[in-house]
Amino acid sequence: MDHTLLVELSRAQFALTALYHWLFVPLTLGLSFLLAIMESIYVRTKNPEWKKLTKFWMTLFAINFAIGLATGIILEFEFGTNWSNYSWIVGDLFGAPLAIEGIMAFFLESTFFAVMFFGWEKVSPKVHLLSTWLVAIGSNLSALWILVANGWMQHPVGMEFNLESARFEMKSFADVLFNPNAISKFLHTIGSGYVMGSLFVVGVSSWFLLKNRHRLFAKRSIIVGASFGLLASLFLLATGDESAHRIAQSQPTKLAAMEGLYDGKRRAGIVAIGQLNSLKKIGDTQDEFIWSIEIPYALSFLGFRNIDAFVPGIDDLVLGNEKLSIESAQSKLDKGKIALDALRDYKEAQHIGDIPRKEEALALFRSHEAYFGYGYLDKPEKIIPPIALTFYSFHIMVGLGSWFLALFFFVLYFSMIGKIETKKLLLYAGLFSIPLGYIAGEAGWIVAEVGRQPWAIQGMLPVGMASSHIDAVSVMITLGLFAIIFTALLIAEVKIMLKQITIGPEEA
Amino acid sequence: MGWLKQIIFFYRDGFKQMRVGKQLWVIIAIKFFLFFVVLKLFFFPNILQTHFSNDTQRADFVLEHLMKH
Repeated sequence: MDHTLLVELSRAQFALTALYHWLFVPLTLGLSFLLAIMESIYVRTKNPEWKKLTKFWMTLFAINFAIGLATGIILEFEFGTNWSNYSWIVGDLFGAPLAIEGIMAFFLESTFFAVMFFGWEKVSPKVHLLSTWLVAIGSNLSALWILVANGWMQHPVGMEFNLESARFEMKSFADVLFNPNAISKFLHTIGSGYVMGSLFVVGVSSWFLLKNRHRLFAKRSIIVGASFGLLASLFLLATGDESAHRIAQSQPTKLAAMEGLYDGKRRAGIVAIGQLNSLKKIGDTQDEFIWSIEIPYALSFLGFRNIDAFVPGIDDLVLGNEKLSIESAQSKLDKGKIALDALRDYKEAQHIGDIPRKEEALALFRSHEAYFGYGYLDKPEKIIPPIALTFYSFHIMVGLGSWFLALFFFVLYFSMIGKIETKKLLLYAGLFSIPLGYIAGEAGWIVAEVGRQPWAIQGMLPVGMASSHIDAVSVMITLGLFAIIFTALLIAEVKIMLKQITIGPEEA
Repeated sequence: MGWLKQIIFFYRDGFKQMRVGKQLWVIIAIKFFLFFVVLKLFFFPNILQTHFSNDTQRADFVLEHLMKH
C-alpha cells in the first residue's frame, strides 16, 4: 500500500479524533468557571435561587463532561499505533507533561468532582464552593500540560536529538514549560473555552426567554454569561494577537498561509475578508486574491510590533530573498541532507569503531541539526502548508470571534438596562451562536495544526517520517469506527442535554 | 477507619441519589468498554512495545527508519 495514502489516512484519523474531542473540551473549560462564579454569588448572597441556578448549569456540565470523558485517550492510542516513530522520538519530552496531566486529571476527577456533585448537603457551602473552584482551576491546568506538548511541536525548544537513542532529550524543563508559543497557545485555547462556555449559557438562557420560561433564572444567567463572555472575548483578542506574534517569529510559513501572502512586503496589511486566487502559483505574477478588503499596516504590526517591518511571503520563504537575508527553502533542504548524511556516517563509524570519524560526523550533525527535518523533503515548495484551508479557517475564526465580542456586548448592555426580553432578534442571535462557537474553536485548531504542515515537529520531523508502517486497511476500519462511535456520543450528548434543558432548572 | 467509612458512604449515597447521572454512567461504561477493550486490544497495539523487547532495539529500529530515507 502507498505510504502517502497511509500517512493521509492516519492524519485524517487523528484529525477526526482531535476535532471530536474538541467538541467536548471547551465547554468543560468555560462552564466550570461560570459554575464557580454562580456558586460564589450564591455563597455570598445566600439566595437559594442562585443555588438552583448553579445546580442547573452543573447538570449540563456533568452531561458534557461524562460524554466527553476519555475521548482524548484515543489520541494516545493513535500515538502508539499510527505514530509510533513520532512517539518514540518525542517520548522523553512528552512523557513528563502527559504523565502530570494524567495524574492531575485522575485525582481531580475522583475527589473534587465528587464533592461538587454529591456534596451539596454533605459539606459546608464554603468547602463546596472551594471544590467547584478547584474543579475549574484543575481542568484548566490539565489543559496546560497538553498545550505545553503541542506548543513544543510548534516551536521545539529545550531539547537535543540523541543519536544513540533516536530521541529528542530534554535539556531544560523550564524552556519547554515556559516556551512562549506554549504559553500563548495555552492562554488562547482556554480563552476560547471561556467564550464557548459563555455562548452556551447565553444561548440556552436566550431560549428560555424566547419561550417565556424561567425568566428570572434566564436573566440572571445571561448577565453572568455575557459579562464573563465579554471579558473572555477581550482576553481572546489579546492572546490571539500574542499567538500571531509568536507565529510570525517561529512559523513564518504558517503566518504567510494564514494571510495568503505570497509576495512579502513592508507595511503589510491584514486581509479582513477576501477570496484567494486558486490559480496563483509560487513565484508567478498573478494576483493573490480575486477580491479582498485589507486593514493597512496591521500584519506588520501584528507580526513584528512595527508597521514598517517586512513580512515574508510564501515566495520569499520558498525562493529566498537575498536582499533581506531570507534563506531559500532549497538551501535549508541541502543543509538538512547534510545533517541526514552526517547521521548515517555517525552510525557507520560507530559500527566499524572509527572514533575520530564518529566525532567528526557528530560535530557536522550538530552544526546542521536545526535543518534536520528539511533533509526529508524532496521539493522546496513542500515547506508550505495548505494555503486555502489555513487562510479560510483563520478568517472564519477571527470573524466569529469578532461577532462574539459584539454579541456579548449588546446582550450585556440590554440585560443591564432591563430590555433584553424585548430584543427577540438578539436572543435568536444568542441561541444560534452556540454552534458558531464550536465552529470557531475547530477552525482555530485547523489553523494551528494544518498551518504547521508538513511538520509533525516544526522544522525537525515531517509527518511522513513520524508515522508507522501499518496496514492502511486497518486505519480505514478504525477511521470508520471512530466516525460511528463519536457521532453516537455526540447524538447522545445533544439528546440528553436538550432533554435536561427542556426540563429546566426546577428539576436540576 | 471511620473516615474511610465516611468516604465510602459519601460516594454510595451520591451514586444512589443520581438521576440523569445513572444514564451517564451507563454511557461511560459502554464507552470505556469500546475504548479500552475493543479498540485498544484489537485495533491499537503499541507497535514498538509489541514488536521489540527492549529500548535498544526500539531505538535501532527508529534510527534505521530515519536513515533509510
